[in-house]
Amino acid sequence: MQKLRDEIVAKCKALLEDGTVDRVIGWEKGLFDYDCSPATFTKENIDELVYNEYCGSNLSKYLVKESKAEGNVAVLLKPCDTYSLNELLLEHRVKKEKIFVLGIPCGGMKDEKGELLMKCNTCKGNEHKIADEVMDSDLTVPEARDRFELVEKLDGMTPEERFAFWQGELSKCIRCNACRNVCPACTCLKCVFDNHASGIDSKANADSFEEKMFHIIRAFHVAGRCTDCGECSRVCPQGIPLHLFNRKYIKEINELYGEYQAGETEDSRPPLANFTKEDAEPSVIYEKGRD
Amino acid sequence: MYKLSIDNLNELFALIGQDSKVYAPIERAGQVEFFLWSVEEKVRLDALNTVKSAKGFFFPQTEVLYKTKLEGKKIEIEAAEDAEEPTVYFGVRACDVKSFDVLDKVFLSEPVDSYYAAKRKHGTIVSMACSKPADTCFCGLFGIDATSPAGDVVTWIVGDTLYWDSKTEKGEALTVKVKELLVDADDVEVKKQQTEVKEMIAKAPLHDLSLEGFGGDALDELFNSPKWEALSSACLGCGTCTFVCPTCQCYDIRDYDSGHGVQKFRCWDSCMYSDFTMMAHGNNRTTQLQRFRQRFMHKLVYFPANNDGDFSCVGCGRCLQKCPQSLNIVKVIKALGGKKND
Ligand code: SF4
Ligand code: SF4
Ligand code: SF4
Ligand code: SF4
Repeated sequence: MQKLRDEIVAKCKALLEDGTVDRVIGWEKGLFDYDCSPATFTKENIDELVYNEYCGSNLSKYLVKESKAEGNVAVLLKPCDTYSLNELLLEHRVKKEKIFVLGIPCGGMKDEKGELLMKCNTCKGNEHKIADEVMDSDLTVPEARDRFELVEKLDGMTPEERFAFWQGELSKCIRCNACRNVCPACTCLKCVFDNHASGIDSKANADSFEEKMFHIIRAFHVAGRCTDCGECSRVCPQGIPLHLFNRKYIKEINELYGEYQAGETEDSRPPLANFTKEDAEPSVIYEKGRD
Repeated sequence: MYKLSIDNLNELFALIGQDSKVYAPIERAGQVEFFLWSVEEKVRLDALNTVKSAKGFFFPQTEVLYKTKLEGKKIEIEAAEDAEEPTVYFGVRACDVKSFDVLDKVFLSEPVDSYYAAKRKHGTIVSMACSKPADTCFCGLFGIDATSPAGDVVTWIVGDTLYWDSKTEKGEALTVKVKELLVDADDVEVKKQQTEVKEMIAKAPLHDLSLEGFGGDALDELFNSPKWEALSSACLGCGTCTFVCPTCQCYDIRDYDSGHGVQKFRCWDSCMYSDFTMMAHGNNRTTQLQRFRQRFMHKLVYFPANNDGDFSCVGCGRCLQKCPQSLNIVKVIKALGGKKND
């Protein structure tokens, strides 16, 4: 991977030299080997850019901020990260003309224990869905497991068992908002949970009802827009499997409206934001809700 | 010094539990936190740091301070939950015990926070020495000895034996209460473990940090450092670092209309949030750079300026482990501190 990293740096240098971009968003080394951080580079410090198996964070959301800054920016995106950028473009949250997307191959990303990240177990594949250029490499993503495996297991539980499972997980939540703030689909200028005028703003879960409310609202707000990039579960300090909420909604949407992968292209019609005569009737809720 | 077999831990907790509450590190849904002990729970004394720190014992994440009830022209005031109940906190690590000193300086100085004070007064702390510090630990930087924590009773686990040494009056009282389970012991094994662990700490990755250049005198220079920009640029403005930190102490208070009165509610707040210290004229920190700077300046500059040079970090390493983007106080210390960190 060192060779690929050197080639990426050489490419970024060329982009900075010829004026295509003013900055590069990539990763820098942390205190240890396993804690790389997102960082912004210029001509002066581009040699500090790293790319290794600890660069799991998805850099696409930083483009919202970068789109408002002066000048152009190059961004390093792994295959899965490109879905998030497409979704951001679809929702007009970033300006493509200011961005140079350098697609970088991926061989699977790891956590601090050296284990494959949850998201990489169900990788969407080697293809970059949007890129101005893709770096060449023989790296290949790990073989994917079925991403609905656990959702189906939960679906198979009795309502009481399922409730107990989620109660156990969500009662760990400390409402740090890491899952929300890292999410590339969460780009509201002011989140309802931060907006005093919304009447439901809150900084802490005062009881078990509020624990669930935050999560159900969060997941509903990204339903049909979530690309399943897995960042929410990666960052949760309590190891709550938030991706299972998202995947539940993705599975339901697939079943009700036909297969849909958010972020596949930058001009798709999201099923929940698009009306067709074939759409599921609202009454499906009554049939589905019972067990 | 006394000892007891760790097979007898549940009996110890049950005995203490006869007339007080017992909190211990307990695993639920894969994570270890301090929870109220009961015999069904899975106690995890081997886990190093709980996700949330021990500060919640005395400064809980959410708390109803009081309620008022309005009937016609009569206002009735209902006091907060009873905080007078004796409580034993078992298995608190050296860094977290030290964090109580930091919190005491805030909550027990005038005007005293009576909610905090009541819980602190009725709490007995049984600390536990560390035998396997993590790569992310750097408590030594703040003069903390992980092999010899403070606390009312200090414990060490060597093999299958728990060693017990009381250090204060409260500790003595607890020792008397559980005497029937304890047997006399010498400190040979404890000393041996301490020597080994100290050697490990001396070789740990973060053992040679320096705080040179921090403290109240450095205010202007550090505040205006151009390095904050790069340090903070990846910050998401989530509150993870502040909520897992044992010394972060800021809170928000709101009055809620309960339909027939008012509920006075307090919860943890985070300087990383956009509405932190919001005032009538708006917010005095409008960028994430300013908010990020506030957190670290508070710990390394403002707090020592107001508290005889004591820092408001205890080196527990939680912010190193939990920040989604791996930003943390050690990076700040290395970037802004003296040459010794190079
Ligand atoms: S999901 Fe696939 S592309 Fe994304 S980081 Fe994991 S292995 Fe790489
Ligand atoms: S990241 Fe985890 S702990 Fe934080 S708010 Fe989200 S679910 Fe809760
Ligand atoms: S420093 Fe890290 S944990 Fe703290 S607010 Fe920023 S991103 Fe969140
Ligand atoms: S700043 Fe970080 S290392 Fe220091 S006490 Fe807080 S969480 Fe622990």
